[in-house]
Amino acid sequence: MTLDVQTYRLIGFTLAFALALRLLALPQPLVLLNPDWVLLVLIYWCLTFPERFGIGLAWLTGLWVDAATGPLLGQHALIYALVAYCCVRFHTRLRVFPLGQQLPLILLFLLGAQLLLFCLEALRGRPLLLWSYWLPCLTGTLAWPLVLAGCGFLKRRHLPTI
Amino acid sequence: MTVKLIFARGPSLETRLLLCLVLSGLLMVADHRGQTFGLRTLLTVAAYPVQWLAAAPVRLGGWAEELFTSHRELATENRRLRRQVAELKRRTLKYEALRKENDRLRAFLDKSFKLGEQMLVAELVAVDLVPYEHRVLINKGSNLGVHVGQPVLSVDGVVGQVVRVTPVSAEVLLITDPSHAIPVQVNRNGLRAIAIGTGDLGRLELPHLPNNADVRPGDLLVTSGLGGVFPQGYPVGTVTEVVPQPHKHFARIQARPLAALDRIREVLVTWTHDSSRPFLPGDSDSKPAAPHDP
Repeated sequence: MTLDVQTYRLIGFTLAFALALRLLALPQPLVLLNPDWVLLVLIYWCLTFPERFGIGLAWLTGLWVDAATGPLLGQHALIYALVAYCCVRFHTRLRVFPLGQQLPLILLFLLGAQLLLFCLEALRGRPLLLWSYWLPCLTGTLAWPLVLAGCGFLKRRHLPTI
Repeated sequence: MTVKLIFARGPSLETRLLLCLVLSGLLMVADHRGQTFGLRTLLTVAAYPVQWLAAAPVRLGGWAEELFTSHRELATENRRLRRQVAELKRRTLKYEALRKENDRLRAFLDKSFKLGEQMLVAELVAVDLVPYEHRVLINKGSNLGVHVGQPVLSVDGVVGQVVRVTPVSAEVLLITDPSHAIPVQVNRNGLRAIAIGTGDLGRLELPHLPNNADVRPGDLLVTSGLGGVFPQGYPVGTVTEVVPQPHKHFARIQARPLAALDRIREVLVTWTHDSSRPFLPGDSDSKPAAPHDP
């Protein structure tokens, strides 16, 4: 029981930290490179604890991100729920892939999420497509090993028995 | 009795996904219409600590900068500020006389004209909400009477307007956001126009002026007060470029906002309507407007 509480506390902490990174005010060119850290951390937890952190919690996280960043409530919630579904559905396979095989899939997830976000924004009448719009997907893929190492370290340290 | 059930785990993944998708859709529609029944406020308040955390590095930097400013620099700045205060005081003296005179003349013309406004100083929370959208977060909210649609100014000019409030923070849409338009007036001759944001922090566009419009580079644009959101007469920007386009109906006119939108730290949230003025005891930043006597 307490183990579960610890798990959720760790998940909540990492997600909050990821959101802070996502909101960080960086100088102008770097802002366009800042990846969606929350999505990366979310993918990590979906793959690691698919029975504890699934679609519902991913949806709530998305709602929280929507409220923090502003545009329209439900956008990120929808996208995160979809990505969480893919992760949970295929976690047995994804988890055992070597890093080189994981990276293209992460890129695919991030691109899909960005594309969906673009479609939703376009529905609201904000068609703005610059090539740099897709850059965060690339940097996000490159940041995946970092997330893997960081969250893995925290998990080993705070939840050694799982 | 805790038995871990391996097979019976409630609804299937697909059902859950479908439920989430439907809920998201409903929420998006509801939020687009602005009816979320307090859910957004609740979530935004829950996210405020994280926003605060994200702004910590910048705050820390500012603090360190203050700590390591040398005495000589401070003295120089102090001298400069004193000079500025003296100059502004002199101008205010003249302004008071002019205001009285203006009020008298207005009374003759039988027109009401309000200049007295209440301001509240708010600080920007240094976070980057969404790339490609010019919205910023300020640290004052509905607890202090901030409401949607309020004009936000800086000491140099118009910054934007409040588009969303929570009890402790508010979101401001900058005048350079592509979805923002502000009614302006050329200060030199009173020509009215609309300045639309371009998505570039240093550029506004005036797309609806004909080729023979009397606008020149260097002209000051002020708010015209039409539309009822912004008070009349605040500086918005200066015209930088006028290119007549003979083959089209309208000229290409661009302006630069006067407020340094990429560098501002503090903004002034303004109340212009008497009815919505809150009473703020003990807040030295804000003074109630002077009673209006014609």
